[in-house]
Amino acid sequence: MEIERAGTHLKISELDPFLAELLRQIPESANPSGSEAAEQRLFSAPADASEKELCTEWKVYVEPELRRLFQSATERVAADLEQLNGNGKPFANCTLRIPLANAEAWLSALNQARLVIASKYNFSDAELCDHYRSPMGSRRDLSLFQVNFYGFLQECILREIAP
Amino acid sequence: MKPLLAAPVETPDLEQATRSAEELDVPWQVVVHNDPVNLMTYVTMVFQKVFGFTREKAEKHMLEVHQLGRSILWSGMRERAELYVQQLHGYLLLATLERAA
Repeated sequence: MEIERAGTHLKISELDPFLAELLRQIPESANPSGSEAAEQRLFSAPADASEKELCTEWKVYVEPELRRLFQSATERVAADLEQLNGNGKPFANCTLRIPLANAEAWLSALNQARLVIASKYNFSDAELCDHYRSPMGSRRDLSLFQVNFYGFLQECILREIAP
Repeated sequence: MKPLLAAPVETPDLEQATRSAEELDVPWQVVVHNDPVNLMTYVTMVFQKVFGFTREKAEKHMLEVHQLGRSILWSGMRERAELYVQQLHGYLLLATLERAA
């Protein structure tokens, strides 16, 4: 896999089918539905529980806005990912072009996905620092690889949009 | 034509009103808490964007969060503090609003 800036795009080329599939899974992975831990992480309390009025108002007025914001980011990423559903050969490497105008949406969607996966699997700090574990062992190992791969992409995007 | 003073006006509870005003004057702090998932570079970028910090200042706060578990990013009126916390939640950081001690 190679990542480079190409004009107003970030070009990810030589994407093998496995990594392309992980990218396709970003929008679905970012969805916290069905996991209380993931919901609580994406929509964390704005203050200590003793600030009841503030926390209640937040749920009513701010949380719906945050939901819309997060959903809008994953929808933009899903639209960019349509490029991977072309008519190429099934197991051929492919290329993805991310408009730099969508960089913030990608950072958000990747972060949502990382937080949701990490919450679902309750990874320890040591696991999150283990960048060399094979994704082939178990579903947990694959998910940890996914978190680290998405983190790597975040780093690449941050590097490209840095002033 | 309706009479100007049709009904007696309720006397406001002065003690309650005074207490509320005092509460509003108490400075609030925007606190960011450590999170092992968010990348250090990402957190630094968010601090620069939300608070307009220089890279050095943003990194200082990011390291404080990483090493001490939390950092106070801003202190002042509640309304603005709420706005900052909302922005930080929009970037998926663990941020809270606290009354200054």
